[in-house]
Amino acid sequence: MEALSSLIDGFGVLGDPMNIMYMFIGITLGVLIGVLPGLGGANGVAILLPLTFSMSPTSAIIMLSCIYWGALFGGAITSVLFNIPGEPWSVATTFDGYPMAQQGRAGEALTGAFTSSFIGALIAVVILTFLAPLVADFALEFGPAELFAVQLLTFCSFVGMGKEPPFKTIAAMMFGFALAAVGQDPTTGQLRMTFGWYELLRGFDFLIAVIGLFGIGEILLTMEEGLAFRGKSAKINPRIVLQTWAQMPKYWITAIRGAIVGCWMGITPGGATPASFMSYGLAKRMSKRGGNFGKGELEGVVAPETAAHAAGTSALLPMLTLGIPGSPTAAVLLGGLLIWGLQPGPLLFIEQPEFVWGLIASMYLGNIAGLIVVLTTVPLFAAILRIPFSIIAPVIIAICAVGAYTVNNALLDMSFMLIFGVIGYVFKKLSYPLAPVVLALVLGDMAESNFRNAMVLSDGSLSIFWSNGLVGSICGLAVFMLLWPAISYALRRLRPTASRSQGEHVAGKERSTAP
Amino acid sequence: MSYRLLVRSLIPATVVALMVSVAGVEDAKAEWKPTKTVEFIIPAGTGGGADQMARMIQGIVQKHGLMDQSLVVVNKAGGSGGEGFLDIKDSTGNPHKIIITLSSLFTTPLATGIPFSWEDATPVAMLALDEFILWVNADSPYKSAKEYIDAAKAEAGKFVMAGTGSKQEDQIITVGLEQATGAKFKYISEKGGGDVAKALVGNHAQSTVNNPIEQVSFWKAGKTRPLCVFDNERIKLTEKVTADMAWSDIPTCKEAGVNIDYVMLRGIFMPADVPADAVAYYVDLFKKVRETPEWQDFMAKGAFNTTFMEGEEYKAWLKKAADTHKDLMTKAGFISG
Repeated sequence: MEALSSLIDGFGVLGDPMNIMYMFIGITLGVLIGVLPGLGGANGVAILLPLTFSMSPTSAIIMLSCIYWGALFGGAITSVLFNIPGEPWSVATTFDGYPMAQQGRAGEALTGAFTSSFIGALIAVVILTFLAPLVADFALEFGPAELFAVQLLTFCSFVGMGKEPPFKTIAAMMFGFALAAVGQDPTTGQLRMTFGWYELLRGFDFLIAVIGLFGIGEILLTMEEGLAFRGKSAKINPRIVLQTWAQMPKYWITAIRGAIVGCWMGITPGGATPASFMSYGLAKRMSKRGGNFGKGELEGVVAPETAAHAAGTSALLPMLTLGIPGSPTAAVLLGGLLIWGLQPGPLLFIEQPEFVWGLIASMYLGNIAGLIVVLTTVPLFAAILRIPFSIIAPVIIAICAVGAYTVNNALLDMSFMLIFGVIGYVFKKLSYPLAPVVLALVLGDMAESNFRNAMVLSDGSLSIFWSNGLVGSICGLAVFMLLWPAISYALRRLRPTASRSQGEHVAGKERSTAP
Repeated sequence: MSYRLLVRSLIPATVVALMVSVAGVEDAKAEWKPTKTVEFIIPAGTGGGADQMARMIQGIVQKHGLMDQSLVVVNKAGGSGGEGFLDIKDSTGNPHKIIITLSSLFTTPLATGIPFSWEDATPVAMLALDEFILWVNADSPYKSAKEYIDAAKAEAGKFVMAGTGSKQEDQIITVGLEQATGAKFKYISEKGGGDVAKALVGNHAQSTVNNPIEQVSFWKAGKTRPLCVFDNERIKLTEKVTADMAWSDIPTCKEAGVNIDYVMLRGIFMPADVPADAVAYYVDLFKKVRETPEWQDFMAKGAFNTTFMEGEEYKAWLKKAADTHKDLMTKAGFISG
């Protein structure tokens, strides 16, 4: 209960009206940053960091972390409305959020996304409050082999998850790995696949790929289909918020599962992006409504959003207790801590209790403030859908271009964005999934360097991947997930007794898809 | 905004702009000053040592109003910073661009073969030198560098050294250590200093050569132990960091019988062919930065070697450092063929 009294002291720090004001400013800025693709939380916080040097450290971190919460919330908005993920962790939100918007249920999808983000963050912050030291030690267990196992699990749980056949998913993933390999070899430091062209030495940033594949690709498709948004009849009604909330309790298992996956990935540190994909995949497989995923199922929005927000929140834990950033944004915040003269690490909780508990208290209040800000603006964002496509399309392209440029301040990236747009269009026409490309691009580098470090440690023996219980069970789970489509197919064929439950399953599916 | 309103608001703006530009011309005769936003390139990712220092400088410049124009920090981290260096090379004659450097100034071109040499840029000033320390986990039995090296020798190729990046300073020191002592390490490359520190605390590596600032909190918390500092003399800070040790109590590696030293440059460069008074302007700016209490506090926290150099002295130091790196990297077989 020591944590509880410290937390109450933390809320005392927040009593200062200036801090409350910084909180709302931070949230609003963060939502804007989240909406603009490319200008991610890390960039946003980095740009605004110097502005906070004249504030007290506590006020500064409150404002900056609120920018971060805002960005996590805001990433969902463009995913739902335009099928353009504002942030990489909202890619999975597009799977069901965008079909919902097309059916005129944008308000419902946004409310669902924001509310589940809030729930995910709340669960993570409760874990943070009471289990910080314990959880920090767990993060230390993860060496190169364990981290690779986690990444393998993410890849494997993805195969067979989409509507597309598993082999198309694998092909798309391999394309993503090939792109991820361009640039610098993480183990030898040498350049590879740059073909002597030094512009390629930074490799392909996944943000550029996300913006092009999803944003530009979607615009191309819409143009082909006659310059009209399919989700024109978006209902704009504050009552939708209440109606959606009434539906939410049905998805409590999905939300809790998402939060657990998110916390785990945030702490280890896998990050918010794999967390959102993994949670979506698990929900699709375990939910009764799994067959509807991808067609506009609210549960398909709840799953990735709770996980992404829980991961985003818990990523701050290893930063505070160990000085290891769990996400790029956390890395920038870490720089901020040092500048304010605070040394993150095991002693921060003891030496600077006012700061730490002020920050944790601000996570509670910041997320409540964030929910209020985004929910009140739902009708506003949904109204964007009523703007004619011929007006909004150039605006989206301009925003995409600015976003692509901002990632590395490189003009060439805008050309890459356009090329990715064409690739995205072709993929969609051939019904290859895009998400595995992004996933492989996000995690490919990390997975490669963890794998190769593990190989250095084991002198090239693969046995390191089952050398202890932790890594062994994660790897085992990964293989099981990879083979799941084949296993379930074999079970259906081999066990006649299973045919009855199979029949029920199909019937259930038909019932739920019936209008 | 209506047309008339636009015109009305433009006229005073134009007048002001003209006045400013006239004033600018007069100033240029006397002394160079930036006339637009200055871009401050970091050839490394967000959150690392160079990034922290550059953002610190940006904050100090802003807080103390040291510059009339704004200073904007830009990360160009691709290819171990090669992206940032090539940008400086392409910006010949542009006095509104500066870059903070670390050892990758020398190592990246050698390891990757990108067409850049430190002589393609104009040296401005050395801000500080970053120290490297040999760290082990506090649970390990090794109390001195000699004990540790002897143990590593006894179990050749079993001990793991974690470090930042590949063929950069951490791996160079590791290879230097191997050559000086005959011990053999398995080197694993991590993304940043924080991950390296975590590998040591989590017992995934036996030792690291982290910078002081990357390990200080673990040292204070009794999780890791410093064995020796890779410099010619001890760190001068005598204030106690842990209950019984100060930075100055850590022996140099040479004292401990391991004959190797290495410090990392934290310095500022500009593109080639910039006016001499522009260089003088930045030298003056960074002198002012160094006098602020924030900077001095930052230096003490990170146990930096606060040597400052400019002009010919700095160039001579750079020349020597470039030769040393070439030599170390050739011996280690790190030169890109």
